[in-house]
Amino acid sequence: MEEKLVTVNIDGVDWKVPCGLNVIEACKFAGVEIPHFCYHEYLPVAGSCRLCLVSIGTPARDRATGELIKNDDGSQKIAWMPKPAIACGTKVSEGMHVVTKSELIDDCRKGVLEFLLLNHPLDCPICDKAGECRLQEYATAYGRGESRFIERKNVKPKRREIADGKIILDNERCILCSRCIRISRQLVGRDVFGFTKRGSKNEVAVYPDEPVDSNYILNVVDNCPVGALTEKAFRFKMRTWFLKMTRGISAESSAGVNTWIWSRENVIYRITPRENRQVNDVWMSDSGRYTFGKFQSAERLTTARIDCSESSAEYALTRATEILNLGSVAIVASGYQTLEELFMIRRLADDLKAQTYMVSHLRGSDDGMLVSIDKTPNLRGGFVAGILKEYPKADLAGLAAKVRDGSVKTVLCFHEDLLSLGFDAKDFKRANIIYCGSLDNTCAREAKVALPLPSEFEKSGLWINRQWRLQAFDKAVDSPAGVLNDFDVLCSFGRTASGEDFKTPTLQSVRRAMSAAIKILPENCEVPAEGAVLDASEFSGVDFPETNALHFTKNVQQ
Amino acid sequence: MAATQKRIIYRHIDLEGWSADIDCYMKDGGYEVLKSAVARPREELCAEVEKSKIKGRGGAGFPMGMKWKFLDRKSGKPIYLVCNADESEPGTCKDRPLIYQDPHQIIEGIMCASYAVNAAHAFIYIRGEYINGYRILQNAVDEAKAKGFVGKNVCGSDYSCEITICRGGGCYVCGEETGLLSSLAGGRGYPRIKPPYFPAVMGLYDCPTVVNNVESLCWVPQIFKLGGEAVSKIGVPVDPGTHVWGVSGQVQKPGRYEIETGSCKLGEFLYDICGGPLAGRTFKAIIPGGSSMKILKWGEKFNVKRPDGTVEELRVEDIPMDSASFMSCGTAIGSCGMIVMDNTVDMAEALANLNAFYAHESCGQCTPCREGSLWISRITKRICDGWGRKEDIDLLLDIADNICGRTICAHGESVAWPVQSNVGKFREEYLSKIERQDMMGGQARLDNNSYRLI
Ligand SMILES: Cc1cc2nc3c(=O)[nH]c(=O)nc-3n(C[C@H](O)[C@H](O)[C@H](O)COP(=O)(O)O)c2cc1C
Ligand code: SF4
Ligand code: SF4
Repeated sequence: MEEKLVTVNIDGVDWKVPCGLNVIEACKFAGVEIPHFCYHEYLPVAGSCRLCLVSIGTPARDRATGELIKNDDGSQKIAWMPKPAIACGTKVSEGMHVVTKSELIDDCRKGVLEFLLLNHPLDCPICDKAGECRLQEYATAYGRGESRFIERKNVKPKRREIADGKIILDNERCILCSRCIRISRQLVGRDVFGFTKRGSKNEVAVYPDEPVDSNYILNVVDNCPVGALTEKAFRFKMRTWFLKMTRGISAESSAGVNTWIWSRENVIYRITPRENRQVNDVWMSDSGRYTFGKFQSAERLTTARIDCSESSAEYALTRATEILNLGSVAIVASGYQTLEELFMIRRLADDLKAQTYMVSHLRGSDDGMLVSIDKTPNLRGGFVAGILKEYPKADLAGLAAKVRDGSVKTVLCFHEDLLSLGFDAKDFKRANIIYCGSLDNTCAREAKVALPLPSEFEKSGLWINRQWRLQAFDKAVDSPAGVLNDFDVLCSFGRTASGEDFKTPTLQSVRRAMSAAIKILPENCEVPAEGAVLDASEFSGVDFPETNALHFTKNVQQ
Repeated sequence: MAATQKRIIYRHIDLEGWSADIDCYMKDGGYEVLKSAVARPREELCAEVEKSKIKGRGGAGFPMGMKWKFLDRKSGKPIYLVCNADESEPGTCKDRPLIYQDPHQIIEGIMCASYAVNAAHAFIYIRGEYINGYRILQNAVDEAKAKGFVGKNVCGSDYSCEITICRGGGCYVCGEETGLLSSLAGGRGYPRIKPPYFPAVMGLYDCPTVVNNVESLCWVPQIFKLGGEAVSKIGVPVDPGTHVWGVSGQVQKPGRYEIETGSCKLGEFLYDICGGPLAGRTFKAIIPGGSSMKILKWGEKFNVKRPDGTVEELRVEDIPMDSASFMSCGTAIGSCGMIVMDNTVDMAEALANLNAFYAHESCGQCTPCREGSLWISRITKRICDGWGRKEDIDLLLDIADNICGRTICAHGESVAWPVQSNVGKFREEYLSKIERQDMMGGQARLDNNSYRLI
C-alpha cells in the first residue's frame, strides 16, 4: 500500500513525511531531536511532561471561503498557534510549519527541566540509572545548568521492593511520566502502577502486597526514563557505560525476540529488548532476560571428556572422529543450533550416511505475547536445512529402539540430553554416544566422548522464528577457555567422512553455500535489520503448535 | 444612576416563603417551558440558544450556542450532558444558592438543554463539600421524576433522559471540564489533552458531551421562554444577560448580586450595591472573578482601545461590569467571584494564601504546574515568614511565565496569573517588605521556635 506523504516544514526545511505521524516522529524522520519523557511510540499519548513543546503553524485560510491566504510576497501565510503545542499530541498535516529551535522553545525546555530537577535528588554519582538516564541527558543538553531553588525539597519514599521483588522503586527520582502505568495496562492488561496524592506530592504507587504475577513487568524498567524503577537483579552490578551492546535474539522460544546483550570483559550482565516492529516492538518477557545465567554457572561444560574423564579437546575431537568413522551413525541435531550449523550437519549426515533426528521442546503454553510454546529458537531451521520433514516428536524413543536392536552403533548428539529423551543408562553402553554441547548435563557425563561447544552468546548465526523470519545475531562474548568452535568440530568430522581436505569455512562462506543450496534463503543470507521472512509454502502441510500472538497469526504467512 | 439589581436567574433566591420543593416551583410557572420545549424541533431550540449569544458562566466564557454546535452529532455515539456544579474556585459562590434554594430551576434547565442537544443521559457533578446540596438536588430530581419531567417520556413526549448526580471528591481541578469527565467516568480527576479530548467530540466515555455550568444551564429555559433575540438584548450585546456577582472580602455588604451586564461601573457596583469599603478604610485591590483571575489595583488606569480605533483612558472604578470590558483591562470576570481587599491587606500574605491553595489543588499531571505551583507557594511563604530575598520578585515572575500557557489545563494560568499580576502591580510593596526584613534581621523573621515579631 502506498503511504500518503505530506510536506512539513521543520525549522525552515521542507520534508516529505508519511501522513499520520505525530510531530515528534516527523522530526525524528527529519533528523531533528525533540526531547520528551512521557511520549512513547508504542503507548497512548499522555502529553503531560510538557518537554516536547514546539511552535506549530498551519497554512492560514480565509474563514469564510476556506481559501489559502498569501503573504505580500506571494508566499503562503502561516497561522501560528498562540501558544507552544505538544509535539507528541499533534499530527502532521499538509503545509504544517514546525519550529523546534527558537528562544521561546529553548526557554520552555529550560523551564520544564528546571521544574523536574527541583525535587530530584541530583545524586547521579550514586544513581544506578546514570549513563542511560534521559533526565541526565536532557538536563545536560537543554537545561539551565544551575538551580534557582533554595527551598526544602520534597521527601518521598525510596528503595521499595515491588513487583514480586523484581523491581526497586525510588519515588524520589520519579518524574511522573506515567509510562509505567501505561505499559502495565498494555502488557499486563490491568493497572499495576497508579498515582496517589496530588500536585508535587504525587507518587507512583503499587497495590500493597498484591502479587503482580506477570512475565512482562520488567518492561517498565527499560522504559522508565529515570532511575525510579530499577531491576533488582541488575541494580548496582555494573555501570552501563562500561557495557558493550551486542545484537542478540532471545533463545527463550520460537518468538525470536530481538535483544541487546550487555557485556563487559566476556561477562554478560543483562539482556534488554531491541526494537523490531515486526516481531517484539520494544518489549520482551522477564524470563527471557535471564537466559544467560546457565552459561555463566557450574552447569557449563568447559572441558572435553573421554570415557567420563577429562581430556584435551584436540584428543577428544580425534577420538570422536574415529568413532564416527566406524559407521552406523545417527545424528541428533538441536533447535538451539544456528541455521549454518544445521546446514553443515545435513551435509555431514550425507557424508556419514547417517540418519538425522531432532526433538520438539514444547513446554507450558503460548502466552499470546512473546513466549511461545516451542522453547527452541530455531526449530524451523531444521526444516529449512532439510533435517526435518514433519514436526518432530518430543522424545527419541525410535532412535533408542534402533540402538537397542543394534542397527545404530554411534549417536552424535548436539546439545540434547538423551537420558531425558527415552534413552537409559544401558543404551550408553550399547552404543557410542558422542555429546557436543555447551551444558554439562547427564548425557555429557555419561557419554563416550563429550565436546564443549559455545553457547548462543558466544557465536554469530541465523535463526528462523515462528513467523519464518530469518534473523541474524552476533557474538557477544568469547567462550571460556577449552571450548571448541562449532565449525571446527563439524569440519573435522566432515573431513574424514568425505575424505576431502578443506579448511574450516568462514561464516560468510557457509552462508554463501547455504543460500546457493537452499532456494528460499536470500542471497548470501543477508538479512535486513527487521529480518527476512522466508517463503515457507513447502512446509505448509506441517502443523506447528504456536497459536496467535503479538505480530503472529497462525497459518498466515506474514 | 445608582446601580440596581436585576434578578432573573436569582429571582427565587432568598424570597420570602420560597422553598426548594417542586410545588413551590410549579406554582411560579415552573416546568412550563420544558413542557412547551419538548414539542418544538431541536434545531430551532439550538438556534435560539445561538441567537441569544449567552456566554458560559463557568469561567471560560465560551458562547453556549457555539459549544452546542461543535457537538459531534454524526459519530453515532450517544451524547451526554453534564452540569458542572463543582463550584470550588476561591471567591465563587454563585451556584450554591441555586442548588440549595432553587434546584428545580437547574433541573428544568438541564432537561431543556438535554432535549435540545438530544442527550442520552444527563449528569450533575456536584462539589463534594455540598453535602446538603447533593441531598436537595437528589430529592428534587426524584420529585421531578415522579411528575414526569425527568426520566421516561419527558412531559409525555417520546424523549427520555435520566439525571444522575455524582459527588466530587473534594478536588478543585475536577471543575475543569475534562478533569470532571475523567472523574465522572471513574478515573483519577486528570484533565485531558485537547486535542483530541474536546468534550464536544471525545468527552464522557469518549462520547460527545456538553459541559455547562449551573448558571449557564439556568439560562436555557429563559432563552426558550423569551426567545434568543430578546435575551441577547438584555445587557450589552457582546455579553448579554445578567451576571451573578459573588462579592466577598472587605466591603460593607458582601453578598451575591445579580446585575444586568454593563448596567453599571465597577465603582458604582462597589459603592451603591456593596456599600463601599469598611469604615475608615480604602480599597486597595480587587480580584474580579474567582481568585485565579488577574488582580486589579485600585487607582490603576488603563488605556483601552475603542472599536473605532481611538484610545481611551479608563480608571479602575470606571470599568463597565461586563466581560469584554474587564478583558480589555487585562483581566477577566471568570466566574464572577469578586474578592475585595482594602488597605489593611498585606499583598504578599494574600498571594501566599492563594498560592498555597493552587499548589495544593494542582492535580500533578503536568510538570510546570505540578512543580511550579509548589515552588511559587514556598517562595511566597518564605517571604511572609521573613526570609524574602530581592531576587525572589523576578524569580516569581519568571516561574509564572514558565508555567503560563505550557500546561494541559487552565490551572496553569490559575497559578501564574495571580502571581504575575500581584507581584507585577505591587512590586514596590514586596520590595519594601523584603527590605524591612533585611533591616530588622531576626526580629522580622519567623523561625520554627518563635512567633512572628512584626
Ligand atoms: C482549574 C479550573 C477549575 C474550574 N472549575 C470550575 C467550576 O468549579 N465550575 C464551573 O462551572 N466551571 C469550572 N471551570 C470551567 C470549566 O472548565 C468549563 O469551562 C465550564 O464548566 C464550562 O461551562 P460554561 O460554558 O457553562 O461556562 C474550571 C476551569 C478550570 C481551568
Ligand atoms: S516510575 Fe519511571 S516510568 Fe513510572 S512515572 Fe515515574 S519516571 Fe515514569
Ligand atoms: S495544569 Fe495543573 S491541574 Fe491542569 S493538568 Fe496540569 S498539573 Fe493538572
